[in-house]
Amino acid sequence: MVGNVCTNMHPKLPLAMGAAVVSLCATSDETIGEAEKDLPRNLCPLIKSSYGFGKTDKCPYFYFSDIVVGETTCDGKKKMYEYMGEYKDVHVMQLPNTQIGQDSFNLWKNEIIKLKDILEEKFDTKITEEHIKSAINLKNRERTALKNFYALGKLDPPAITGGDILKVLYGSTFKFDREQSIKEVEALTQKITEEYNEGKVLERKPRILITGCPIGGVTEKVVKAIEDNGANVVFFENCMGAKAIEDLVSEEKEDVYEALAEKYLSIGCSCMTPNDNRIKMLDRAIDEYKVDGVVDVILQACHTYAIETLNIKRFVNGSKDIPYMSIETDYSTSDIGQLNTRMAAFVEMI
Amino acid sequence: MLILGIDSGSTTTKGVLFDGKNVLDSVIVSTGSSPKEAMKEVYRILKKDNDVYTVTTGYGRNLLEGLSDKSVTEITCHGKGASYLCPGISAVIDIGGQDSKVIKLDRDSNIVDFAMNDKCAAGTGRFIEVMMRTLKQEISNIDSFIEGKNPLKISSMCTVFAESEIVSLLAKDEKAESIAMGIVDSICERTAIFARKLNFDGSIFFSGGLSKSKVITSVLSEKLMQEVLTHENSQLTGAIGAAVIGSKKIRG
Repeated sequence: MVGNVCTNMHPKLPLAMGAAVVSLCATSDETIGEAEKDLPRNLCPLIKSSYGFGKTDKCPYFYFSDIVVGETTCDGKKKMYEYMGEYKDVHVMQLPNTQIGQDSFNLWKNEIIKLKDILEEKFDTKITEEHIKSAINLKNRERTALKNFYALGKLDPPAITGGDILKVLYGSTFKFDREQSIKEVEALTQKITEEYNEGKVLERKPRILITGCPIGGVTEKVVKAIEDNGANVVFFENCMGAKAIEDLVSEEKEDVYEALAEKYLSIGCSCMTPNDNRIKMLDRAIDEYKVDGVVDVILQACHTYAIETLNIKRFVNGSKDIPYMSIETDYSTSDIGQLNTRMAAFVEMI
Repeated sequence: MLILGIDSGSTTTKGVLFDGKNVLDSVIVSTGSSPKEAMKEVYRILKKDNDVYTVTTGYGRNLLEGLSDKSVTEITCHGKGASYLCPGISAVIDIGGQDSKVIKLDRDSNIVDFAMNDKCAAGTGRFIEVMMRTLKQEISNIDSFIEGKNPLKISSMCTVFAESEIVSLLAKDEKAESIAMGIVDSICERTAIFARKLNFDGSIFFSGGLSKSKVITSVLSEKLMQEVLTHENSQLTGAIGAAVIGSKKIRG
């Protein structure tokens, strides 16, 4: 079993050799105390929580992972891996800082090949291009199923709440039988569409798009604060949402490593500079999902997303001419009162 | 029918009785440990025999079950209330007991953007309250205490650290008045930085309990390099805003 801590990771390589892949991006404050024995307090809760789960064996997925694959995304994560390596087999891929230029592309392509070699050695197996191709095909079908599911958010009046969309997206990162998971998601989408056509619709309310840091687990509190206060979340641009799902890996490209590198180097991650792909996705989603307001969720001490808020605000208020709000939160429940007030006022503003 | 606007703040609970044009009556009570009881008290005092439509705001806005007809956040209410008291303003700065906020308005006094301080006492009215207590001074006497004094530099933003900074300054035999002026200077500086993020021109309305202080108002204006207006009823801004929204609701 292979654990990953980012959407940039290549689930296809482990999948290609028949390994199970699980997301280890932790979203609970349960192990933060343990993590703070080693890591600074003023650090992003996702990093602390992930590290803490690894250290305490409280997360079975972490416990059973034979290797953890990370990337040099943000500074916090890449330094954290150094310590995680003390109790877990960790491989860190060198992600370039920019998506522009052939050098970045070559670096990332070579890192993917290197990961393949490491996995082959670790698990004493052979990963052929044929294996990778069929893994790409499987992952693409899974993505398409999830994409068709969250595209239900385009419906107006809505068919399901944002909270329910998130539950399915988040849940999908823990499924091991991918074929089964695809079937389940497809069936769910079909069932909701049928019910919708029969007239089962939700009340029409202001339509919110959520962007920013990964959310899920305890940060669902933000979605709840929005939906309890008179709006519907219709689209998630975050890591757990469209960021990694929206684009497929090319199945036409001759070189599978180039196909993989191309896809993963186009993710609109705030660790990239510049990060135009995030704006491109927001631009499209705001129109397609008829969005009335954008909420940018920043985890405490996440520098890259926090700094990018200005850029996103300028784009959303300026080019798209709709309200924007950024909120900083963590994995505690202490700010639920403030979140409710902010979100209620934001909804009143629309 | 008259409109009753109630603002449940962390320190005081405010209420106004409004006929759609004028404030007929108002009351301010201490919130104490039960925001619900304080709201009920305000309701009792103002309602009397009148038939009222009640709008609640503030952090306890959802507690007046059965009596409240509508609840609206304090952000929206402050915007509306400030535009009622001072028509034509472009922004509101409210320094409350628990948080501080800046609200940007458009020409028609609709809220276009807002920012709130983060979850600690730094930059709130509570900061000044705690510091004045450390200096053994009543917050209501702040103007006569600090007027014309030179501010000492207070660099800590955290309420707890600032308190120990003050203790060290007192130990160096610095004047309590200059320390108090330093505290005001620091909170106004912080508020101005926070407000500038919203980029607005035009005059600013200052509300919340601290707006009663002429010195704080003028220091804030200096730091913002913009005109800062207050009103004798500025502490009632949220409650008035709630009443204005209620009036629109029932009279259209």
